[in-house]
Amino acid sequence: MTSKSPLKIAIASGKGGTGKTLLSTNLAAYLSQFEPTLLVDLDVEEPNDALFINAPLLSTANQHKMIPVWNEQECILCGKCARVCKFHAVVQLGRTISVFNQLCHSCYACSELCPTNALPIQTHKMGETRFFEKGNLSFIESRLVVGEEQAVPLINKTHSIAQQKYNHIKTHLLDCPPGTSCPVVAATKDTHYVILVTEPTPFGLNDLALAVETMRQLGKDFGVVINREGHGNSSVKEYCQREQIPVIASIPFQREIAELYSTGQLVYSTIPAVRQALEQIALVIKEKGAKR
Amino acid sequence: MKEVVILSGKGGTGKTSITGAFAVLAGQQAIIADCDVDAANMHLLLAPDFAEKSDFYSGELAVIDSNKCTQCGICAYKCRFGAFSLSNGTYVLDPLSCEGCGYCQITCPEGAISLVPRKAGQVFVSTTKVGSTMVHAKLDIGAENSGKLVAKVKNSAQELAKLKHKELVVVDGSPGIGCPVVSSLAGASYVVLVTEPTVSGLHDLERIAGVIQKFRIPMGCIINKFDINPEMSNQISHFISSNGIDYLASIPFDPSFTKAMAEAKTIVETQSPAKLIIEEVWATLTKKLIN
Amino acid sequence: MKIAFTAVGTTWDSQIDSRFGRTEFIVILNEETQQLEVIDNSAVKNEAHGAGTATAQKMYELKPDVLITGNGPGDTAATALKNLNMKIFVDAHNLTLEQAYNSYKNGSLKQL
Repeated sequence: MTSKSPLKIAIASGKGGTGKTLLSTNLAAYLSQFEPTLLVDLDVEEPNDALFINAPLLSTANQHKMIPVWNEQECILCGKCARVCKFHAVVQLGRTISVFNQLCHSCYACSELCPTNALPIQTHKMGETRFFEKGNLSFIESRLVVGEEQAVPLINKTHSIAQQKYNHIKTHLLDCPPGTSCPVVAATKDTHYVILVTEPTPFGLNDLALAVETMRQLGKDFGVVINREGHGNSSVKEYCQREQIPVIASIPFQREIAELYSTGQLVYSTIPAVRQALEQIALVIKEKGAKR
Repeated sequence: MKEVVILSGKGGTGKTSITGAFAVLAGQQAIIADCDVDAANMHLLLAPDFAEKSDFYSGELAVIDSNKCTQCGICAYKCRFGAFSLSNGTYVLDPLSCEGCGYCQITCPEGAISLVPRKAGQVFVSTTKVGSTMVHAKLDIGAENSGKLVAKVKNSAQELAKLKHKELVVVDGSPGIGCPVVSSLAGASYVVLVTEPTVSGLHDLERIAGVIQKFRIPMGCIINKFDINPEMSNQISHFISSNGIDYLASIPFDPSFTKAMAEAKTIVETQSPAKLIIEEVWATLTKKLIN
Repeated sequence: MKIAFTAVGTTWDSQIDSRFGRTEFIVILNEETQQLEVIDNSAVKNEAHGAGTATAQKMYELKPDVLITGNGPGDTAATALKNLNMKIFVDAHNLTLEQAYNSYKNGSLKQL
């Protein structure tokens, strides 16, 4: 990777509801005051950043995955396609081959192994990406079509769009899906630094520990932001100390933040404590960029 | 036997805290299932003993027999997931990228690739602090939450309910709207949606309710922290009533939730306004379900 | 008429399995002979993916005229079954096969 390529910062959390969206949107808006910034919402099952980023929609693009389509004329009904499909996405029902798009992993096995080319690969809409722009802030979000079950192909696609279209923007913030399963692994792929957002409660700690385990296994450089500090107990802080994980900032628990947030507003300009936390995070980001 | 599934769409609404409270109220009358396997938390409230554990396998994984491999590279060429790479002259497989489609196995001219079951996590059957049986699980890092583990947790809970003649299964559902949620819905008698009055709360509620409607399962809704934004709470109430969803309760913002959690307790084991509301909801639910 | 039930057990007193794709058993009643045929679906139940379509494929091979089940197949499997000219009745939760059959006969089950 050359030093000209964007610095990619992932914002993740072991569990949902810790403040990942709050941090992503406010950090993006804050950073864009100083330099062009891209925010990417990769939580494709439940994208929410757009509710807070009040930017005009520029354009929308459909996103496709590759799936086989049955060509009845060419088919000799040998049934090989249904036998090779590990996902039961291709099923032979008598004289009909049915393809179930949402189950298909796009491995191409049925299509390429078909002796008569009766399953050519075509595009199938799995979701869409929306592009927003407001001053120095560029924002894109991808949303899975309801009923589509696989988030990973859309996450990968969104990654490559960010890479190709926004290569000129130096800082990319990626709001990742919650959890520790494959969507998170896909979302944090090729990122330079991961910010794990947690809250100071036993639930928060439990999920942070899982997320830390994931990041270590992936060999990621990461730090922790504690949201709603003062709300629970000190176990998260103690854990970070013990594990030598940097706590890069804390956002205090204030009812006012929750109230503003609930109405879809950004809070960094009205709440000094949030602004302070963002300043600290910005310094860390700067440092990571310089070191690269 | 009846099964109530608690869902939220988005995280952080208090779903697990409320499910834990239901579990304590149900006592030994119910079997508990934690289907939020991605970030299982209920064990923090119910102190299960992890008495029985078993490995869980889901899907398959390609394995290269290096003695047979001739480095022809067909596998790497055919694999759409970029799972194969050349390292020091031999092909290696990245298990995190392999989706187990088996195409490489079919096309390998040397028969050097086989598919093996993929270990994806662990399933536990425990006794909780209130003496009920709880089925829960831990997904391995980066493993795919395909819904199969959720189905496994649920099936075990249902079997145990039959075996032990319990009338109820209480299920902490998965977040999101994808495959795991669909699995956690299978066989449900009733769904309790826990939401909060934020723009994202309403947005996610609409999406999850759409999924449940497809399955024609009756559902009710609890608005947690309703006083954070009364206007948004009204909007949610409106959405609930115009979509045939039972209104169950509004719970005020209550720091007792976090306090209780920090002491590894559920809200119904503390003295708080929320306690009474949740007890009432539980009474309504059991009346609805067991009749 | 051949009537298929998704069932948790193998007898006439067994309960309907609410699940379609991951049903334990498929039980088929032949109305002419009053014989029950039982198909074990446990292999499909343990599939990581596509249990619905796999069970639909099985249904195709069994060719019942009527299917009685609980929640009903999801969108995916329902699409598959539509091709089969099969009448699908749902919401037979918590009924035994016998009760579900009687409900179907007196028209109180919901048709999909």
